[in-house]
Amino acid sequence: MSTSRPADSSAGAPAPHLQHHFTSPAQQFESVVLGMWLFLATEILLFGGLFCAYAVYRANHPEIFEYAHVYLSKSLGAVNTAILLVSSFTMASAVWAAQQSRARLLRIMLALTIACGLGFLGIKYVEYKHKWHEGLLWGKLYRPQHEAAPFSAHHAFEHGQTPPAAPTSAPGDTDVSWVFTPGDTGPRGLLAPGDTTPLVSPEPKVHNVQLFFGVYFALTGLHAVHVLAGLVLLGWTLWRAALGHFSAAYFTPVAMVGLYWHVVDLIWIYLFPLLYLIH
Amino acid sequence: MKAVVSTFPRSHVAAAEAGAAGDNYLTHAHGIRSWLFTIDHKRIGVMYLVSILAAFLLGGIFAILVRTELLTPGPTIVSADNYNRFFTLHGAIMVFLVIIPGIPAALGNFVLPIMLGAKDLAFPRLNLFSYHLWVLGALLAVLAIVTGSVDTGWTFYVPYATTTGMGGVVPVLLGAFVLGFSSIFTGLNFIVTIHKLRPPGMTWFRLPLFLWALYATAVIQILATPVLGVTVLLLIVERVLGLGIFQPGLGGDPVLYQHFFWFYSHPAVYIMILPAMGIVSEIVSVFSRKHIFGYHFIAFSSIAIALFGFFVWGHHMFVSGQSNLVTTIFSLLTYSVSIPSAVKVFNWLATMHGGSISLRTPMLYTLAFIFIFGIGGLTGLFLGALAANVHLHDTYFVVAHFHYVMMGGTLIAMIAGIHYWWPKMTGRMYSERLGQLSFAAVFLGFNLTFFPQFIMGSHGMPRRYYNYPPQFEFLHQLSTVGSYLMTVGFVLIAVYLLHSLFAGRRAPANPWGGATLEWHCASPPPAHNFDEPPPAGDPYDFNDLEYDARIGGYVYGTRPVAADSEPT
Ligand SMILES: [Cu+2]
Repeated sequence: MSTSRPADSSAGAPAPHLQHHFTSPAQQFESVVLGMWLFLATEILLFGGLFCAYAVYRANHPEIFEYAHVYLSKSLGAVNTAILLVSSFTMASAVWAAQQSRARLLRIMLALTIACGLGFLGIKYVEYKHKWHEGLLWGKLYRPQHEAAPFSAHHAFEHGQTPPAAPTSAPGDTDVSWVFTPGDTGPRGLLAPGDTTPLVSPEPKVHNVQLFFGVYFALTGLHAVHVLAGLVLLGWTLWRAALGHFSAAYFTPVAMVGLYWHVVDLIWIYLFPLLYLIH
Repeated sequence: MKAVVSTFPRSHVAAAEAGAAGDNYLTHAHGIRSWLFTIDHKRIGVMYLVSILAAFLLGGIFAILVRTELLTPGPTIVSADNYNRFFTLHGAIMVFLVIIPGIPAALGNFVLPIMLGAKDLAFPRLNLFSYHLWVLGALLAVLAIVTGSVDTGWTFYVPYATTTGMGGVVPVLLGAFVLGFSSIFTGLNFIVTIHKLRPPGMTWFRLPLFLWALYATAVIQILATPVLGVTVLLLIVERVLGLGIFQPGLGGDPVLYQHFFWFYSHPAVYIMILPAMGIVSEIVSVFSRKHIFGYHFIAFSSIAIALFGFFVWGHHMFVSGQSNLVTTIFSLLTYSVSIPSAVKVFNWLATMHGGSISLRTPMLYTLAFIFIFGIGGLTGLFLGALAANVHLHDTYFVVAHFHYVMMGGTLIAMIAGIHYWWPKMTGRMYSERLGQLSFAAVFLGFNLTFFPQFIMGSHGMPRRYYNYPPQFEFLHQLSTVGSYLMTVGFVLIAVYLLHSLFAGRRAPANPWGGATLEWHCASPPPAHNFDEPPPAGDPYDFNDLEYDARIGGYVYGTRPVAADSEPT
């Protein structure tokens, strides 16, 4: 990303993009950059509320997060992370190309960035669709269909069947969901010190798993909306680039859309480990 | 420092006088479109003012309905359900549509660039956009009224807000979200303008204190409002899709909602009061004909209030089940905010001390502000004290306290500001005698309305109740009568201000003898404010201003103005 100033046109020559209330293109550019950073700060704070909700629920109910995160596909998440990192690179190249007045390179790099954004949303769609089919949704709509999911397992057991096998998509999950220590369900005083013998229980001990999916969909959904907005902005920038609006003398919109795109990428860089890579 | 000796004053004021009859921002373009799609900050400020006053009328009607219902115990004029709707709409409209945008968006928009010596805000189109967002938010509020209204109280506490059957909850939440972004963009515009558009010579410590106040306000708008945005967004998703994050039945935590809500809404109190304090700092100095006392203290106390204000939100939740430790810390921090607030009050008093005070309408309202804010601030300390809070929580004491701060503070300062800048905005003078009369009605009416509520609250009358025991009847009736008296005052203001538009004396460039830059351009100002910004000097140096009876305003005397002095 670049915040270097546009080349100042020689004194006296009218700058076509200079608005009447600024005294110089440099003053105008600096104002736009400051305004953009302030706007991005509000975007980060907008997510900040959700990160806060994440932190509160994870601190209060770590077992939900440990239990539920395995239902997210690490590999798809990782691919999406890679895609956004690449798109940040192409976006930075686009800004550089604009500064160098390399119109063709600018168009190519903007198009590549758009392609990355679309790819990201495509993969996100696949993930969401998968969750939808499995009923791994937020609060009210949480109806796990997967045979290994806690709700159906509990249900099956009630009907006199043996608990189903551990979910294949969730290796290592068995210990978390199917065992409990006596002290967890009764007053701590009843548990002899040191007696932590795990008992197999028909009751999954993790409750309120829908909270995790609520946080997951809220965070990734808000992020996806921002990616979508970024794509609209990128499309607009590409259109203007095709009309030849940008050069070393004027590239403010490219630089600002670039800043926005980097911040959207950055937020994902935090979302991926917080949601997919929990230990 | 080089002394910039300006030849500006006389010639400029003469030019300003000549300009008053010629082209100005009001006559610069014609037609409704030239207003609705203008990017001139002055016109946007005027549109904000008109729209906000219309919203104030709407919120005021609901207030009068609420007060009238409370004239007698039990049903008086409306059903309990409608009563719940009315106090909710009164609160939501007054907070989100009137008091939060009031001073910054209407008066701030108009005077900020002129006080600074700039031609416009940094982003004129963004400014227009934030006005359009305000209109959209207002329309959503109206939609909420049409679609079944809201009865949650303006705080939208969950789980009630997610379960109540009233159909207006989602529109009103969307409205709050949209208005939040309107507020953010205004704040963003102000910060960038003050940072980047100061002309040479306008140093930070030559900024009028109103601009310091707007700057501090903008910082809060930027830092706090996004959290409200995401909170109401989550609440909408909660209500529509059953997200579960705030829903105890689904494992969520309703107290988390309260934390989020007050993380915004306490700092929002300072979005409301800081610009009001800025107006007071201007008016106190001008109408005492005396340099503001403690310029730096007032400037930095604005910033201090803005920052401290972020760490006290928990004082709204003393009975929500916070741990004792957290509660104690929040109580202590709440006390800390009173320090910078008191610094301001003492500086205003010191400014008036020994000044030659002229009790014109803006100054009368300013004195009302200081008196009422004093009571509002001190009763805030009662509520910040833990033991007293448990007793007073959710009683009329709280209602009285925040009306003393929000209405008696912010709104009365806004009225003072409207009277102060009215000649500049419209080019007309209003009737001073009627102005003083309106002050009497508003000041007496206000105290009659809200002081009995302190007494009721301390005797245990809970807020928001439709019914009450007979022992409170007399106090409730006093309060209602007071609200009618206040209404008379407001109607009077509307009448003489509107009358002045058509029949008022033409205003001189500088009717009050202010030294800030907006008094250097004509009344009303030309479309682009200044061809060359006037040299910035000490904004509170009145030594060279002399009253000229021929034009009914102040002009600079014979001594040239030295522009190198900073406020002391
Ligand atoms: Cu508060």
